[in-house]
Amino acid sequence: MRFHFKTSYDHDIRLFPDWWTFFVYGALLAVMVALPFLMDSFFLSEVTNVMIWAVAGLGLMLLTGTTGQVSLGHSAFMALGCYLCANLMFAGLPFLIAFPLAGILTGLIGALIAVPVLRLHGVYLAIATLALAIITEDLIVILRQWTGGVNGMFAPDIMIFGTEVNRWVNPEYWYYMTLAIVVIVTLIYVNLLRSPLGRAFAAVRDSEVSAQAMGIDVSRTKTIAFGLSCGITGLGGALMGFFAGAFNNETFTFLLAIQLLMMIVVGGMGFIHGAFLGAIVIAFLPQGLSIVTDNVRVLNIPGLEFGAFGAILIFFIIFEPMGLYGRWLKIRTWFELFPFARRDMFRRQKSYLKTERVR
Amino acid sequence: MSLLELKNVTLKFGGVTAVNDLTMSVEEGQVFALVGPNGAGKSTVFNMISRFYTPVSGSITFDGEDLLQRKPDRVPQLGIARTFQNIELFERATVLQNLLVGRHRHRRTTMLEEMFFVGRSWNEERAHRHAVEEVIEFLDLQAYRDKYIMGLPYGVRKVVELARALASKPRLLLLDEPASGLSVEETQDMRWWIDDIRRQMGITVLMVEHDMGLVGKVSDRVLALDGGKKLAEGTAAEVQKDPKVIQAYLGTGAISKTASAGGERV
Amino acid sequence: MEFLQLLLSGLANGCVYGLIALGFVLIYKATEAVNFAQGDFMMLGAFVMIGLVNSHFLGINFWIAVPLALLIMGALGYLLDITLLRSLFGQNQVAIVILTISLGFVIRFFAGAIWGHEPLNLQSPLALGDVRIGGAVISLADLAVIIVTVLLTISLWQFFQRTKLGLAMQASSQNQMAAYYMGIPVKRVQGAVWALSAILACIAGILYASKGAVDVSAGFIGIKAFAAAVIGGFGSLPGALIGGLIVGVIEPFAGRYLPSGYSQLAPYVILILVLIFRPHGLFAQVRTKKV
Repeated sequence: MRFHFKTSYDHDIRLFPDWWTFFVYGALLAVMVALPFLMDSFFLSEVTNVMIWAVAGLGLMLLTGTTGQVSLGHSAFMALGCYLCANLMFAGLPFLIAFPLAGILTGLIGALIAVPVLRLHGVYLAIATLALAIITEDLIVILRQWTGGVNGMFAPDIMIFGTEVNRWVNPEYWYYMTLAIVVIVTLIYVNLLRSPLGRAFAAVRDSEVSAQAMGIDVSRTKTIAFGLSCGITGLGGALMGFFAGAFNNETFTFLLAIQLLMMIVVGGMGFIHGAFLGAIVIAFLPQGLSIVTDNVRVLNIPGLEFGAFGAILIFFIIFEPMGLYGRWLKIRTWFELFPFARRDMFRRQKSYLKTERVR
Repeated sequence: MSLLELKNVTLKFGGVTAVNDLTMSVEEGQVFALVGPNGAGKSTVFNMISRFYTPVSGSITFDGEDLLQRKPDRVPQLGIARTFQNIELFERATVLQNLLVGRHRHRRTTMLEEMFFVGRSWNEERAHRHAVEEVIEFLDLQAYRDKYIMGLPYGVRKVVELARALASKPRLLLLDEPASGLSVEETQDMRWWIDDIRRQMGITVLMVEHDMGLVGKVSDRVLALDGGKKLAEGTAAEVQKDPKVIQAYLGTGAISKTASAGGERV
Repeated sequence: MEFLQLLLSGLANGCVYGLIALGFVLIYKATEAVNFAQGDFMMLGAFVMIGLVNSHFLGINFWIAVPLALLIMGALGYLLDITLLRSLFGQNQVAIVILTISLGFVIRFFAGAIWGHEPLNLQSPLALGDVRIGGAVISLADLAVIIVTVLLTISLWQFFQRTKLGLAMQASSQNQMAAYYMGIPVKRVQGAVWALSAILACIAGILYASKGAVDVSAGFIGIKAFAAAVIGGFGSLPGALIGGLIVGVIEPFAGRYLPSGYSQLAPYVILILVLIFRPHGLFAQVRTKKV
């Protein structure tokens, strides 16, 4: 068991509470930086894919995990980010400006949409956002002069400081670009969590009444959370589209939004680590399944991927609602406290349901 | 001028008059207690001051400011903090984080500063933390600092809620049944704390409480409510002797006093 | 003339939406959860029926197969409740939303694995013949859909108003603990509700399959049924039916009078507008929540 000897408030405020965590995350970053020298380009692009999912997942995590608002419509904002970025680049902006600008614009549009939508609670919010995702699918077809409609559009070439970043020519550049974006987004997320705004998000999630009594403007806070979330997810969407090389209305269906939500549930709702663990699962599940079906012919059924994903999710919701990261926390606590860990330390509190309904 | 003034306040839920033409004023530095049987409208008064409810008529002013012009989240800005009858803490956060939320009204950093943790962020966080640590020390919460609310026992939650309200450095503290559900020793602690809050911190306290023992010991002024109407006002001893109060308590209150643990909802 | 034709076809579609919406409302009324898999229940009901009736599957007589299919789906609904949903008893709604969405994925997978991904037609005695009303033509199947739906809604409504079980369902939704203290077996009631809504979904599925071909993604019309339920104000049975009819009727008219591409947006745009401007539906009397 490790002890933290804290001698100043800064120990709690800074990014890494002690040298050990600093070392662990430093080592992780070092491995990530060294990865292109250790792996072939196929595997490297798989890891890039994981990180892209993680960016989009972090966006949704901020809204659903941290602020407690469910969205089944984040595919709409992935599409928005992607098409905005592409169109800004077609308008002549370099990628380094177009990409963050696309994120900011997506965030602003998201915040605008949030104002009426976030007055809804729980299930109603889920339904409204789901409708938003479906409308977006059709809008992509309708607005074909900007989106290319059903035929889709090819992602413009990414040039950074005169060097082309191309998935096929130099995958390691793509990898480093994504890594940098992931690190920046994660830092922003962590910074928010140790600031008043991030705590306001959590306050809104846990009790709106007492958040108000502490001086938090609930609807404003939710709107900001929605905007930030959309912006980050928009960046993820742009990366996803550009990584695929071409995209159309089929790229950003509402199923993508549902996958994104499922991903953060499997990873661990409310934890930054959860977005990454979930991304690993969602990116490697198809590969894992194809290995299984190659060996076991009986299982070679179309639609297996979604079926398996649904089954995994049911398993998690029932047996491990805190997701993979929650499971890790439990294992770690068990070892740290050994042999004093109790079974019910993490037990969910069950309560009878009281209606929140008006009638 | 009184710190908090309610003038001829009336509130109706549909056909029911929850608070009827209530006038009261709390002076700076007082401990003011609202007593009365269940359903007397005590918590409703609190909810009007925190602006969750809007009275149909009358006025509420705090230090000369019209409270009725404010949304609920603009009330704490004036220096009003409160606790809830059925504890409303942020369950999936630590005690420390809960108390830091209490500092929200002192937030000066902008979203951009916070996103990149630059500018004032560091110094502001240190200042918030310093203020919170004072409250932690005052209420003896050191052992629970990094614990999640989810696993805490009831008595500790009650103290954490008080701590969160104090962390905002209020001028007026609204305590909704601070001793309900507490053991005898915990109630004793609460009594000393309320005394100290008034004496050391100079905070005015308005509280709703059923435990007349506690009320008698800490409060300067007591107001008895029944059916939304003022029955009596004065010192604890005066109010307890008032025949109307005795009748209200023996008539309907005798039963509701035992049932009060269940409580009304906030 | 054309107006009448559009109206009739819209009504028949709307009834199917209404039936699925009834399933949502039923579960919402009784357990305050929303079953995102209701559309997939409908699809599964249709395929169970096809599996029983169609000649290259089991080839059972249609009228014998109907109660069989209802029984199978009812049992399935009950089983799902006792195995999966009951373990989330008292958990927040989001968990149930995610659970039911995943359930939909699993159901779609199994249906695809058993009956394939090609569209199939139900060999239904309803699928023959048309009726002429005024100048418009309505198929026998559409007419049957409308009649069955109206009868079903009325009887369900009566069920909730009059019968003991119906009242128990309402009571346990409003306050599980209080209902439990009053001697209502809350968990069993919840099981009954899931069984009932699966049966409703099965009826909707049979009717839907009588109208035309079904494939495994047919469950996605559940999203349109959401629009219906929301328009009707989620807690109201007649509201769900009327909401379904509104969505069903708007569709053909939007298809006729709006430029192509825009018409399929109509139900979702209406859904969002209703949620924003009348969040408790068109027919609800709104009161603010007590804090």
